[in-house]
Amino acid sequence: MKMLESEGVDTIFGYPGGVVIDIFDELEKTDIRHILVRHEQGAVHMADAYARTSGKVGVVLVTSGPGATNTVTGIASAYLDSVPIVVFTGQVPTHLIGNDAFQEVDIVGITRPCTKHNYLVKSTGDLAYIIREAFYLARSGRPGPVLVDLPKDVSIGTATFKEPPREIKMRTYNPTIDPNPKMLSKTIDALLEAKRPMIFAGGGVISAGASEDLTTLARRLKIPVTTTLMGLGSFPGSDSLSLGMIGMHGTYRANMATADADIMLAVGVRFDDRVTGKVETFANQAKIIHVDIDPTSIRKNVPVWLPIVGDCKKTLEGLNALLENREIVSSVETRKPWLKQIEDWKNAKRLAYEQKDIIKPQYVVERLYALTKGQAIISTEVGQNQMWAAQYYLFDRPNQFVTSGGLGVMGYGLPAAIGAKAANPDRIVVDIAGDGSIQMNIQELATAVQHNLPVKVVILNNGYLGMVRQWQQLFYGKRYCQTTMDFQPDFVKLAEAYGAVGLRATRPDEVDAVLEAGLAETKPVIMDFKVEREECVYPMVPAGKAITEMLLT
Amino acid sequence: MNNFIADASSKQRVLSILVEDKPGVLSRIAGLFSGRGFNIDSLCVAASNDPGESRITIVTPADHHLIEQIKKQLRKLINVIKVQDLSEIPAVAREMALIKVQAKAEHRAEILRIVDIFRCKVVDVSAGHYTIEVTGNQGKIEALLELFRPMGIKEIARTGIAALSREAAKTNGRH
Repeated sequence: MKMLESEGVDTIFGYPGGVVIDIFDELEKTDIRHILVRHEQGAVHMADAYARTSGKVGVVLVTSGPGATNTVTGIASAYLDSVPIVVFTGQVPTHLIGNDAFQEVDIVGITRPCTKHNYLVKSTGDLAYIIREAFYLARSGRPGPVLVDLPKDVSIGTATFKEPPREIKMRTYNPTIDPNPKMLSKTIDALLEAKRPMIFAGGGVISAGASEDLTTLARRLKIPVTTTLMGLGSFPGSDSLSLGMIGMHGTYRANMATADADIMLAVGVRFDDRVTGKVETFANQAKIIHVDIDPTSIRKNVPVWLPIVGDCKKTLEGLNALLENREIVSSVETRKPWLKQIEDWKNAKRLAYEQKDIIKPQYVVERLYALTKGQAIISTEVGQNQMWAAQYYLFDRPNQFVTSGGLGVMGYGLPAAIGAKAANPDRIVVDIAGDGSIQMNIQELATAVQHNLPVKVVILNNGYLGMVRQWQQLFYGKRYCQTTMDFQPDFVKLAEAYGAVGLRATRPDEVDAVLEAGLAETKPVIMDFKVEREECVYPMVPAGKAITEMLLT
Repeated sequence: MNNFIADASSKQRVLSILVEDKPGVLSRIAGLFSGRGFNIDSLCVAASNDPGESRITIVTPADHHLIEQIKKQLRKLINVIKVQDLSEIPAVAREMALIKVQAKAEHRAEILRIVDIFRCKVVDVSAGHYTIEVTGNQGKIEALLELFRPMGIKEIARTGIAALSREAAKTNGRH
């Protein structure tokens, strides 16, 4: 407990059980707030969003066996999205390990491939140092989840407390923070000479806290910026240099620009397949400069002209510093045709939909954007709801958009909203959900009500598992196998049953009123919007195609 | 690109991996290979000269692009101290094998002759077979197996390659 306090932990998301009773007993004696969830998966997503929106390490405490296995999806999601969390799991006493004891599972074995690192603590005396190391690993370098498995005899045992040094050095772990200066000046030369440069920013920019540095660089050099899903908010979405999101559901101008660019400065991205489409054709006119703190990301999927291993913030600061002594006016001048071309693409094919008699999901997101003045923290579930949120809510700040990008976890959004609200009690936090996803962790509504964390849930209710249905419509001859939710609960009554508020809109003219009422409410709210059932997310790049081969309507 | 699965034309690489001797380390490494679709042709693990450290030698088929990714992924594991690609630097590699050969009366003299030529040892004899110990590079072991095959090999136990670089390698810090 002293170690947790020393790490600055103020909130833990958890669920008790047999082998962790003693830890919870001690937790009561501290000032640390404990948020009791309804399912351990929810606890991990909450800690994930808490970490992303507070800049701290998220902390989870659960019991052994099923408590531990229920965390796996959340851990895997945090791993793919590089989110710093530490998960403490209870374990049966050391003398019973391997004995198939009650509620025993080898959680260290299970989570080995989806944690940055994990520990089975064998002695109480090791605990303090391991906790220090776990937090250090979680937050440093490329952040990620760390799991610490605590056998009951270790957690109830006593040992003399000796606080480990605050700054620890590990012999086998020493991430490269400072970029190679030669590479930086080469990058500046390339950017200044480029005729059609673009910046491609990802989640790494956000986790490094480098958004301002990125924005400065792009604005000074007048270089357009596209972002990944995870990078939304790393560059202001409403800025005229913003190309919007890239990839499978990226904007027309972002995907077209990628194919034409001559220099691509890729920062904190990993060239995921949903971004690149057919990888051989991705940015194949461009020399790619790739900045990442994790060397394994570089040259994993695409050839890289100039690799820079280092912290995104340090790198962008370095680039900005080098620009001080450079003449940039003429360089900016030569780029005018390029920016004009991008403007033309933008005007040719904007994100668009037509609002008629039935509510369009995009309209709900646009109205939400307007009514929250673009200031809300938005979490999403996964599927169409996630893509419409990404396309139609413009994010001007980092850590404003919280989504399960890499693993794509349906059921992420509601607990994530609760975690974000716990970290940001004064901000409006909205989960943009689908009717399918919301039911995957709906039980956490009880957590929100009990802990007075008034999150708002916007359900874009089309009665389908919409994204899969969209694939079936486009590529499987409209055979909607098992994607129709023939039965669904009455979400208004469901909200009320949980002690939350339920609202519904069925016509376009009700959308604003429901959103306004929901946002004004002091309790958690579910807003159920009956939307156009067979609306699709466009643009869409079919799997395996080049990202310029977009379906637009 | 983006092809982690080694194809048939990939060349064999020998990686020497120095790791902290902690529980689960081998599983982390083996899991990395299986989870990312890398192949292991042979794997050899034992204590190193430093207490608390083990040396793992892995032979893996990989082209230039793949081996770069394998090495980076290995270095990313927290318990890995150092990864050396012994295919790129002067190194010695040896493997040991125990071969149980059928020893019919008419073959015994021939077997012993081969053992002599290859500088092997007969380490166990019974009525029906000889067990032969051989150490050498893979080529030597393959050649020996080829010669014994017509006589009938009952069982083989091979250690996989153990290898060291020829230079006096530093053991601390990452390579």
